Amino acid sequence: MSQAPLIRFDKVWKTYQTGAEPVHALQGVSISVYEGEYISIVGPSGSGKSTFMHILGCLDVPTSGQYYLAGTDVSHMDEHRLAEVRNRRIGFVFQQFHLLPRLSAWRNVELPLIYAGVDRKTRKLKALEALESVGLADRVGHLPNQLSGGQQQRVAVARALITEPDVLLADEPTGNLDSRSSQDVMQMLASLHAAGRTIVLITHEMDVATAAERIMRFRDGQFVAAGADAG
Amino acid sequence: MSWLETVRSGLEAIAGHRLRSALTALGILIGVAAVIVTVGIGEGASSSVSAAISSLGTNLLIVSPGSTTTGLVRGGFGTASTLTYADAVALANKKDCPDISGVAPQLQRAETLVAGSQNWTTTVIGSTTQWLSVRDRTMAQGSFFDEADVKQDANVIVLGETTAQYLGLFDPVGQTVDVGNLPFTVIGVLTSAGSSSSSSNEDDLAVVPITTAEELLSGSSSLTSIYLQAASQSVMGAAYYEATDDLLELHGITDPANADFTITTQSSLLSTKTQVDNTLAFVLTGIAAISLLVGGIGVMNIMLVSVTERVKEIGLRKAVGATPNVILRQFLVEATALGLIGGIVGAGLGLIADVLIPALSSSQVAISPTAIVLAVGVSMLIGIGFGAYPAYRAARLAPIEALRSE
Repeated sequence: MSQAPLIRFDKVWKTYQTGAEPVHALQGVSISVYEGEYISIVGPSGSGKSTFMHILGCLDVPTSGQYYLAGTDVSHMDEHRLAEVRNRRIGFVFQQFHLLPRLSAWRNVELPLIYAGVDRKTRKLKALEALESVGLADRVGHLPNQLSGGQQQRVAVARALITEPDVLLADEPTGNLDSRSSQDVMQMLASLHAAGRTIVLITHEMDVATAAERIMRFRDGQFVAAGADAG
Repeated sequence: MSWLETVRSGLEAIAGHRLRSALTALGILIGVAAVIVTVGIGEGASSSVSAAISSLGTNLLIVSPGSTTTGLVRGGFGTASTLTYADAVALANKKDCPDISGVAPQLQRAETLVAGSQNWTTTVIGSTTQWLSVRDRTMAQGSFFDEADVKQDANVIVLGETTAQYLGLFDPVGQTVDVGNLPFTVIGVLTSAGSSSSSSNEDDLAVVPITTAEELLSGSSSLTSIYLQAASQSVMGAAYYEATDDLLELHGITDPANADFTITTQSSLLSTKTQVDNTLAFVLTGIAAISLLVGGIGVMNIMLVSVTERVKEIGLRKAVGATPNVILRQFLVEATALGLIGGIVGAGLGLIADVLIPALSSSQVAISPTAIVLAVGVSMLIGIGFGAYPAYRAARLAPIEALRSE
């Protein structure tokens, strides 16, 4: 792989000053992820993988070290610019789905486009397209509580993809789903990867993690027993 | 995110919590309605007092005995008896008082009038022939008494419109009315002073020649008041000093501070009224401010609850690209809309009350567009002001904390 990595962490530290003792959630993490890769990050709870995910998703900034996303250093950006980066470059899929309960499926999906400043007509068109691509063309007007868990997670995937982000960041996407729906969602991720998407999957279940091309283990704020080119 | 989107999303959030939003807006609604109704009643009362003052006549100076200034219409009845008919005659002297064009002495007392089986107690005024023009009145039927009637102490009487009605006289001219057991011939009926209810006492009276009144009613020659008419608005001041000097001289008083009479003008009555109005306005403004403040605190309270309740929503919106400013705007718009809804509905209810109150009671209510615009504007500002802190809190929420909360 000769092209520049899409994501590059360079000795990233994250330290929380909660009590008297500082907690080093990330301890010099370095990793590169290339465009089109499907990697999974596994680790027990408390290993720091959530903190890693937050920084990767530009929801938080590192205490020290550099994080380059598509060549841009995002490690010192202010909240305003981070919001723009999240909007344009990152698509989130959460364990809790995080759909707004009072908005119908398509209105949940169009949400990122509202903040991107896209006009209403285009938004609706794109949202309907996105829902169709996740197989929910007949559920566009349903509220989240009228949908099954698997359907809700598919709405969330449609929302994550609507801005054509550089990275799809899936944080325990199957954690709240039964095994059938889990399979469903994992198949969807696989086909998105096949279509060229860059996917970072965070999980604590090994059999979920194996769906990815590359598995990274996280422990005590660092990658351990790394795969091919972590480091 | 455009303003239009922000407003739409704010209104949706309000519509999503109908009962809570309605209760929040209620505080402001009551405040605004109260402001509009109280200002309306205040202005209505004020304009009816103004109408009553101007219905006394035009360019008037009112001389009252003693030093009292009370009794706008009845002219110091029962106070010191220092004014005489001779004073009135002297004031009518063109040489001493060139700027006084009309003089109407008034000797008045409450008397019971009897016509057939009907009786009615009203104000009987003894005056001269000039009363009609000085008091700016006209005759509806018959005629006013003339100089000859005054000279001969004629037992003739002119009735106010209301008085004639209460006495059951449908064609009063020529009929006989007993006053103090003496028969008086009705020679005329006055045209109503105006349609407003406040000037009704100007229609419930009876006028007789002053000479007749002195002998038969009062038994003394001290006047209740003297109405002076200045030749024009511009010589009101001159007429005031002429009358003051003349009366001081007649009464043998050198120090104006010891004057045993008081001269009031319509403008001085109006300025007293204005002072009263200002006090009233001050009190009303205070009440309105307090009720709007309470309403504003209600808005803040609910917005804080709303922010806490929607922490996850805020986190998600931030995760998908909402900047802190966008979140701030969204909550500000929501608070402003709550204030504005309360203001508009309150203004509507206030207006309905403004229309209903005069229909259900005798008080007059003026609809004040200024108060309406101001009240609605202020309610919007309250929404912004009291929504600012909750909105700031929402904007400052860290997205990870917000998403993590359960």
